[in-house]
Amino acid sequence: MLFDRPGPRTRRRIMVGSIVTGLGLGALAILVLVRLAAGGQLAEEKWGPIINPANPLFVALWANLGLALLNNIEAAVLAMALSMLLGTVLAVTRISLPRWGRWTVVAPMEFFRGLPVVIAIFFASRILPELGVDLPLLWYLVIGLTAYNSVIIAEIVRAGVASLPRGQSEAAAAVGLTRGQALRAVLLPQAIRVMLPALISQLVVIFKDTSLGFVILYGEAVRFVAIAIQELHNPLQLYLTIGAIFILINYLVGRLAVWTEQRLTHPGRRGVAAQEPAAPTGEAMIAGTSTAGG
Amino acid sequence: MRWNAVLRVGAALAGLAMAVAGCGQQQPPGTDGSTPPVAQGAHFEPGTTMAKIANAHAIRIGTKFDQPLFGQQALGGKLTGFDTEIGRTIAGALGISPDQVQWVEAPSAQREELIKQGKVDLVVATYTINDKRRQQVSFAGPYYIAGQSLMVSSDNNTITGPDSLRPTKARVCSVQGSTPAENIRKYIDPAQLTVFDVYSKCADALRTGQVDVVTTDNVVLLGFVANSNGGFKLVGDTFTREPYGIGIHKGDVAFCTFINNALTQAAKSGVYANAWKKTAGKVTTQMPELPALDSCS
Amino acid sequence: MDIILDNIGLYRDGLLKTLQICLYAGIGSLVLGTVIATFRVSPFPPLRATGTAWVTVFRNCPLAVVLFFCAFGLPELGIHGAYFWFGVSGLVLYTSAFVCEAVRSGINAVPLGQAEAARAVGLTYAQSLREIVLPQALRSAVPPLGSVMIAMVKNSAIVGAFGVGGELFSVQARLTSAQGLALIPVLLGVAAGYLIITIPAGVALGALERRLAVVR
Repeated sequence: MLFDRPGPRTRRRIMVGSIVTGLGLGALAILVLVRLAAGGQLAEEKWGPIINPANPLFVALWANLGLALLNNIEAAVLAMALSMLLGTVLAVTRISLPRWGRWTVVAPMEFFRGLPVVIAIFFASRILPELGVDLPLLWYLVIGLTAYNSVIIAEIVRAGVASLPRGQSEAAAAVGLTRGQALRAVLLPQAIRVMLPALISQLVVIFKDTSLGFVILYGEAVRFVAIAIQELHNPLQLYLTIGAIFILINYLVGRLAVWTEQRLTHPGRRGVAAQEPAAPTGEAMIAGTSTAGG
Repeated sequence: MRWNAVLRVGAALAGLAMAVAGCGQQQPPGTDGSTPPVAQGAHFEPGTTMAKIANAHAIRIGTKFDQPLFGQQALGGKLTGFDTEIGRTIAGALGISPDQVQWVEAPSAQREELIKQGKVDLVVATYTINDKRRQQVSFAGPYYIAGQSLMVSSDNNTITGPDSLRPTKARVCSVQGSTPAENIRKYIDPAQLTVFDVYSKCADALRTGQVDVVTTDNVVLLGFVANSNGGFKLVGDTFTREPYGIGIHKGDVAFCTFINNALTQAAKSGVYANAWKKTAGKVTTQMPELPALDSCS
Repeated sequence: MDIILDNIGLYRDGLLKTLQICLYAGIGSLVLGTVIATFRVSPFPPLRATGTAWVTVFRNCPLAVVLFFCAFGLPELGIHGAYFWFGVSGLVLYTSAFVCEAVRSGINAVPLGQAEAARAVGLTYAQSLREIVLPQALRSAVPPLGSVMIAMVKNSAIVGAFGVGGELFSVQARLTSAQGLALIPVLLGVAAGYLIITIPAGVALGALERRLAVVR
């Protein structure tokens, strides 16, 4: 620990400090609210459709916002499922290929990894129709998301398999399984348990990235807000609402990831040795869990 | 044993994905009360686009969903605007009632592709006629001549027109990829231009003082002036001439002639004026006449 | 390919602007993120709460919404400035949450004995953090920090949709939509622009990781 347990003097200091900080934050909040009120941002006409059920636009707003959010969720679920499939295939192919052949998989992977997701989504939506592939907007979003996230998931799978005890792959080889059979029957099933928290965290990333659908005018929530504000003229309020909704959803999914990890790092009833969680990759960071002993 | 559990979870996930894929589609827009007339028992030469559409009892029209006063989707899904009224007029001439019209969102960059790929029968989406576009599609009309203009805050007296933009180093705002955004580049340095995805963000930026000028078609600007409680005003005259046309498949002369006739008829019967009064006419007293129609080639 | 060559000036400027944004946002987020990380491990409950709230908000909110608030919310509150700086600020706020988590994982990777020894020798919280823990923590944090920085470079593309003109994504949007130029060459050019930044960065990161790898 970086500090001792607080004694009575420190406790008093902490209480004073908490009160001061609380007052400070409160004053800041009041300042902001006053500023906003002066600009008419707290008016009923701006907040009405969002929080007042009696407002005539309330139902239309929330019904359509709900539909738009469902579009986000739909894109996220599809992208996640496809990324897991493609990611696992990429990881397995990469492990199974001989060293000299790996670049055929690694090169495209690095290409899509280095590309911003926005560009990948834009790419998909403009190039595929040129090549004659005609799909609803949803699929361009999903394809763009999958191109990027399957690479990330391939990395997660690779780290997951690498974190398994050496003995597993050695035993599989001793029993006579080929590399591919060993992966499928022995390593991957165990690796999935280990990867689960990182995978759930990646779901959060994917869900956030579905908001990028607005660049191709896919009818998801952020695009819906951009159109709605033309009629309702309350951009701050609507963007605050959609931000809060995203934060809530992602926070809950993030808690799920942490809970999953905690359940997995404790020995199960079967007495399996506690597995080291897969190394955090890039944005797929789980809320800083410390590995015992570093 | 554990592998089975994984397979079951995987199947459930796939099933969830399928179920979610089935719902969550946005509802198509409906229509309001007063509508253009619907021709009864109209007969068209077989093989023409008109016959195809009339027999299918459905028409797909591309329009903008986020353009105030011309093509804008309201919260309930309904599309309003001058462009959509023109679209409904043409549909009516083909014997199709307004609620049988399928509206497709046609953002600026995709209008030619939508027509070429046959995803829409026609496009009426603030579609400026120009020679470059004529290489890919044909145009009926024009049905309206727009002009680009500048909108500033009411207390701004330094900006008088496009030529005053560069010397005053004015910060100008427009919409990404639109013709007005490209046109204004001639008058300013690149660093002066800010672009957003919708016009109302430009209006907000003007209100808070983040930009000095908003530029687009003058009727759209008038809409924002009307909503601004005296905060905004237009300056200078319109400095471009944008004939808005109806985009159709290249070379479809018969369809072009038909549309032009429908427009002429609408102007004569007052339907054109009515369409304007219901939409853009709410923010401006100017009442345009149907312009001289281009010949179909 | 002519399209890329004809517009090479635009691409070059776009690349430079993107690099500029990433440089400012990178420095800003590293500093801010480390500060928030110290909040999160501090003995002071209000600071811990602030740190946790900060990370919860900015990790879970999409960057598009964060940028919107920087571009439109700040002017409402009377804070004015060029959209470039709003864009950079939004990117800093968003990335700082991830930097914080990366640094925190680094702090947690420092063996407990180090902090205990620091306490035993009599260093205060601030001193032990500054002299003992953070230097070691930052070494361990280099791999995740590097990934966060590369992710930030890619996220800078979104800044282009919020009033910041002239960087790579805006270049591509302009060339494809307004001038109707052929898509594939334009998009390949922009992709190349980003890859010029991210691939060498990834390689450098790998080399740095190997050099700094702490064998425990």
